[in-house]
Amino acid sequence: MSRGAILAAVRANQPAALPAPAEIPQFAPPAGALLAQFTDTLTRMGGKLAPAREDGGLDALVGALFPDANVVCSATPEVRGTWTLASVAEPVELADVDLGVARAAFGVAETGSVFLSETELRVNALAYLAQHLLVLLDPAEILGNLHQAYRDEGFRTARYAALVTGPSATADIEGVLIHGAQGVRSLTVALVPRPGRGAT
Amino acid sequence: MKPIDHAEASSHFIAAADHLEFHDRRLWDLRLKRDREAQGIPEWEELRNLASAIKEHTLSHLADYLEEFEARAKDNGATVHWARDAAEHNQIVHDVLSARGAKTLVKSKSMLTEECDMRPFLEARGISVIETDLGERIQQLDDEPPSHIVVPAVHKLRGDVSKVFARTIGAEPGNEDVHYLAETMRGSTRPYFLHADAGMTGANFAVAETGTFVVCTNEGNADLSANVPKLHIASIGIEKIIPRLEHLAVFIRLLSRSALGSPITQYTSHFRAPRPGAELHIVLVDNGRSARLGMADFWYSLKCIRCGACMNTCPVYRRSGGLSYGATYSGPIGIIIDPTFDIRKYGNLPFASTLNGSCTNVCPVKIDIHDQIYKWRQIMAERNQLPLVKKEALRIIGKVMSEPRLYRAAISAAGLAIEHLPRFAVYNWLNPWGRQREVPEAPGRTFRSWYIENRSRS
Repeated sequence: MSRGAILAAVRANQPAALPAPAEIPQFAPPAGALLAQFTDTLTRMGGKLAPAREDGGLDALVGALFPDANVVCSATPEVRGTWTLASVAEPVELADVDLGVARAAFGVAETGSVFLSETELRVNALAYLAQHLLVLLDPAEILGNLHQAYRDEGFRTARYAALVTGPSATADIEGVLIHGAQGVRSLTVALVPRPGRGAT
Repeated sequence: MKPIDHAEASSHFIAAADHLEFHDRRLWDLRLKRDREAQGIPEWEELRNLASAIKEHTLSHLADYLEEFEARAKDNGATVHWARDAAEHNQIVHDVLSARGAKTLVKSKSMLTEECDMRPFLEARGISVIETDLGERIQQLDDEPPSHIVVPAVHKLRGDVSKVFARTIGAEPGNEDVHYLAETMRGSTRPYFLHADAGMTGANFAVAETGTFVVCTNEGNADLSANVPKLHIASIGIEKIIPRLEHLAVFIRLLSRSALGSPITQYTSHFRAPRPGAELHIVLVDNGRSARLGMADFWYSLKCIRCGACMNTCPVYRRSGGLSYGATYSGPIGIIIDPTFDIRKYGNLPFASTLNGSCTNVCPVKIDIHDQIYKWRQIMAERNQLPLVKKEALRIIGKVMSEPRLYRAAISAAGLAIEHLPRFAVYNWLNPWGRQREVPEAPGRTFRSWYIENRSRS
């Protein structure tokens, strides 16, 4: 059995026990500046921040931001879209989606990331097969840095969880930055308070 | 097997002047971006210390953490396999695929599968393997290994990529527009994502307490490979384990900042359990790692998180290109890892360094890379693996340096010699150093003679 052989070799060879660091400090950034930091880093990573909407209605916002999107598939009930995820049996059915929409569980100011797991996406491939991705984020749900982020229960309960930061990107040819390497061509984050959470 | 001759191989790279100039500049730019990110975080040095300590703790308790990871992963519904070496790894992957009738495999970049030479093994058995990272795909289509662990095709210019794509995936010949080339690759890869039978990823980290493994990409190609097909296989080196999620934060903060100078990769993806109706297989691979763990001077190299910062900063790597190392791992980290795989084949690699220590200074997990390079040189010398010229020269230098009188006589003679010897006596096969360089002009007098005259009287 290779399992036994490997573990025996590791046990025989591993160096004398060295201690783990007692506790990982939180290095928390100042709370007042989180939204500004999130916006700055997201933009640096190639993501966009949607302008504040004047009128009510997220569907209007989607229409204004993505006038050319024919197939809009939303994982959040806040946006109607043109097609419902409930009818999707296989991820490959999302191949023709122009715009995917989901609400992030939280954001991370340090890195400009949003947290999306199967709970938020319903079909994970939505965030990758769609041509563009719109993510709703409650500005009150922006955490300071990755130390705070990794305390979130979602990392322990989700089968799949991603910190998504900007669109799919590559600089593999001569360092030239390309958005839309394999996954979404653009990522837009709209700051929208979570329904029922005291949006005034 | 014949030892790799890095100097000879790099002479071909050096001969292409525009490639060399771009390669040097592009990688140094990554180094500068890394510096800006590191300097933007006041706790950077503290994070490096933490990362180093976490890795050293984990490696000194690796067997227990491997068992913990395996137990959690099984609880989560994954199937865990163990592979002692490359052959066993490739066989396991093939067995999993063939038992399900899988004929096409989309995969994200994995140095481990390169190390195992997995692609030719599967392809010889009728399974198509499609690399989906742009740089790795370029290298696959050109039938070359990656030259850099993070940017696999960094040694190629757009004209090279254009030729490869025109030859292999129907790109318009002569079109060297980078956006066009990237879009062509996207278009040609997408059908594979949609219809492949299986997906494969490596892992950057594996968290023992949750059984989660983490994959960092900028293209999202690992997420496509893992989230569209019904079968996901992940190959993970046993040194990738870290104990807890709170430790992961330290490494994710360091990884992409060190690699590319960005605060995080576009996608940092955590795989804990298979999707409903899908399968997740994890292959834990040793392939020499447990033996390296037992090497008193060299086990520290197992702390490596494969960021490539040491390569980007290394003057030898930047000016010789990754392919000249003739190994999966090149640059400073490569020349301390490769001899553990084959001490004879890679016996010359530890000499591909100036020992300037820059690699050690940028390493996010504080591996003492340049000290290990020096230790490998001593081992190669003891093993009698030095070329005769170098050995004889070192013997004479050692003798001269140990006796001040001899040293002084030699220095004044050398000054005269460099001034008066004909070129062929300085630039010949006995002096490989002089092949690409000019000996600097010798000062008119030695420091010692100046000092005696000017200072020793006071």
